[in-house]
Amino acid sequence: MSGNRELIIHSWDLRQDVLDIVMAGGGGHIGGDMSVLAPLLVLYKKHLRITPETVDDPNRDRFVLSKGHSMEAYYAVLCDCGFLNLADVKARFNKLGSPYIGHPHNVLPGIEMNSGSLGHGLPVCVGMALAGKMDKRDYRVYTIMGDGELAEGSVWEGAMAASNFGLDNLCAVIDRNRLQISGCTEDVMRQDPLEERWTAFGWNVLSVDGRSLDALDAAFEAAKAVKGRPTVIISNSVKGYGSPVMANKAGWHHKVPTAEEYEQIKADFLRGKEAAQNAQ
Amino acid sequence: MPNKIPNRQAICETLMAHAKTDRDIVALCSDSRGSASMTPFFEAFPDQSVEVGIAEQDLVGIAAGLAACGKKPYAFSPASFLSTRSYEQSKVDVAYSDTNVKLIGISGGVSYGALGMSHHSAQDIAAMSAIPNMRVYLPSDRHQTKKLMEALLEDKKGAYIRVGRNPVEDIYTEDNCPFELDRATVLREGTDALLVACGEMVRPALDAAELLAEEGIACTVLDMYCVKPLDTETLLKYAQRAKIVVTAEEHAPTGGLGSMVAQAIGENCPRFVKNLSLPDAPVITGTSREVFDAYGLNAAGIAQAVRSILK
Repeated sequence: MSGNRELIIHSWDLRQDVLDIVMAGGGGHIGGDMSVLAPLLVLYKKHLRITPETVDDPNRDRFVLSKGHSMEAYYAVLCDCGFLNLADVKARFNKLGSPYIGHPHNVLPGIEMNSGSLGHGLPVCVGMALAGKMDKRDYRVYTIMGDGELAEGSVWEGAMAASNFGLDNLCAVIDRNRLQISGCTEDVMRQDPLEERWTAFGWNVLSVDGRSLDALDAAFEAAKAVKGRPTVIISNSVKGYGSPVMANKAGWHHKVPTAEEYEQIKADFLRGKEAAQNAQ
Repeated sequence: MPNKIPNRQAICETLMAHAKTDRDIVALCSDSRGSASMTPFFEAFPDQSVEVGIAEQDLVGIAAGLAACGKKPYAFSPASFLSTRSYEQSKVDVAYSDTNVKLIGISGGVSYGALGMSHHSAQDIAAMSAIPNMRVYLPSDRHQTKKLMEALLEDKKGAYIRVGRNPVEDIYTEDNCPFELDRATVLREGTDALLVACGEMVRPALDAAELLAEEGIACTVLDMYCVKPLDTETLLKYAQRAKIVVTAEEHAPTGGLGSMVAQAIGENCPRFVKNLSLPDAPVITGTSREVFDAYGLNAAGIAQAVRSILK
């Protein structure tokens, strides 16, 4: 039986939270939210050493959501971990003057850096990891990027530097859902052979089923043991995961479900939760 | 004897003096340590130095990450590249995320005169000033540069500092360099014309005032090293007393010191404002002195502008 059974069951509640946040705000990058939720949840629940009480602790682990548009998934996880209040997020998301905007905003507790423009997270995390080495602190630094994001040149500047500096306290995740706003990543700008590219840049590469909390959990754990080089976890995921209404459809990159679609997706999430509860 | 210490060297010396006791000071270069006069720092403080290679986006992003973890990063790169190649990192990772990164644009303006437009930074004031939460400084000489750096070491906010490549004639002395952060320095006072300059244009503005004084035209000269936040209080105080205002800057005509001065004066105490700058065109090639002379960005050119307006 999975060691993460309760978390897997709970992940379906968070998918519903994401859906409700998107509906409340009248907008959101729901497709990527669904593919990134699993690594985000596993990271915050099992690995990231930060709590609402330690957001200013110099020894806390750092996380930067480089694919900042997956903010609704991030809100759901931050609320679930006690950093934010879900009712408040839903009431004010996307509203005039609200701090709950469509990308990470570091006026909110627990959010380290603003992002939204792609290709920024990895270089910033290189700086954070370097600071940890300089100060001889044992914190770890994490970032999650999208696969479409990898077309940004700055990602590869950061990849080069992380490897050059031997930053084994840095772990990057690529949400490899193979879709971006215009269609398939391989049609828009080819990313394969992805593993070989990162290996060639000097990274430890772990390629896992991005729908599996167990596989992601094991990968984060394995990354901690690697010395002398950074680790990238290629999380092979499904955009819009959790409901056939959205799954693997590029049109759901940014979309608000209709009332009918909402009910269908909600029912799919409930079925997913029941399946998780019945799983042995 | 003419000064042989460029402002960039003054920056290195100031940082080295403080890095001994403040281990959070970190210098970052993008294969630019020689151009930045930062080789001595890298040799003396290898554990506080980061070489990122020719990668300006990485330079600024890494600096922001260091700052987010309590470091005091100083990111050095030619102003031409630092102000535009990594513009978005300056906007998002530094200004928007509110990180304590000091961006040091070296060889600014037309310092690389004969290398062509790719190496000129004639739009950096406009670009960096347009970013909310970004400060922009163009110190005029090595003594003011030192004072500025010491002041910036004390705060925890981002800033862009542009210095030129070559040594410039002293405006101040080591013992006499009045300085208050974000306040213009009044170099002389007169009520016929107000001359406002920054960076390497302060010296010719001061010399122009000297020439004009011999003709009975009295000028106030402001060293507006703090282009943003512009010291409007001092600016308006002296503009109100003057008949005309002339600005001088090593920058394109749009969005720089002259634009900001004209806006502040237009809103508060309208006067005739003449902006002297580089043209809105590829700059003629030559040494920076030759380029300045070609566009009248010298004492004679500034004096002539004042005369022609007052006539």
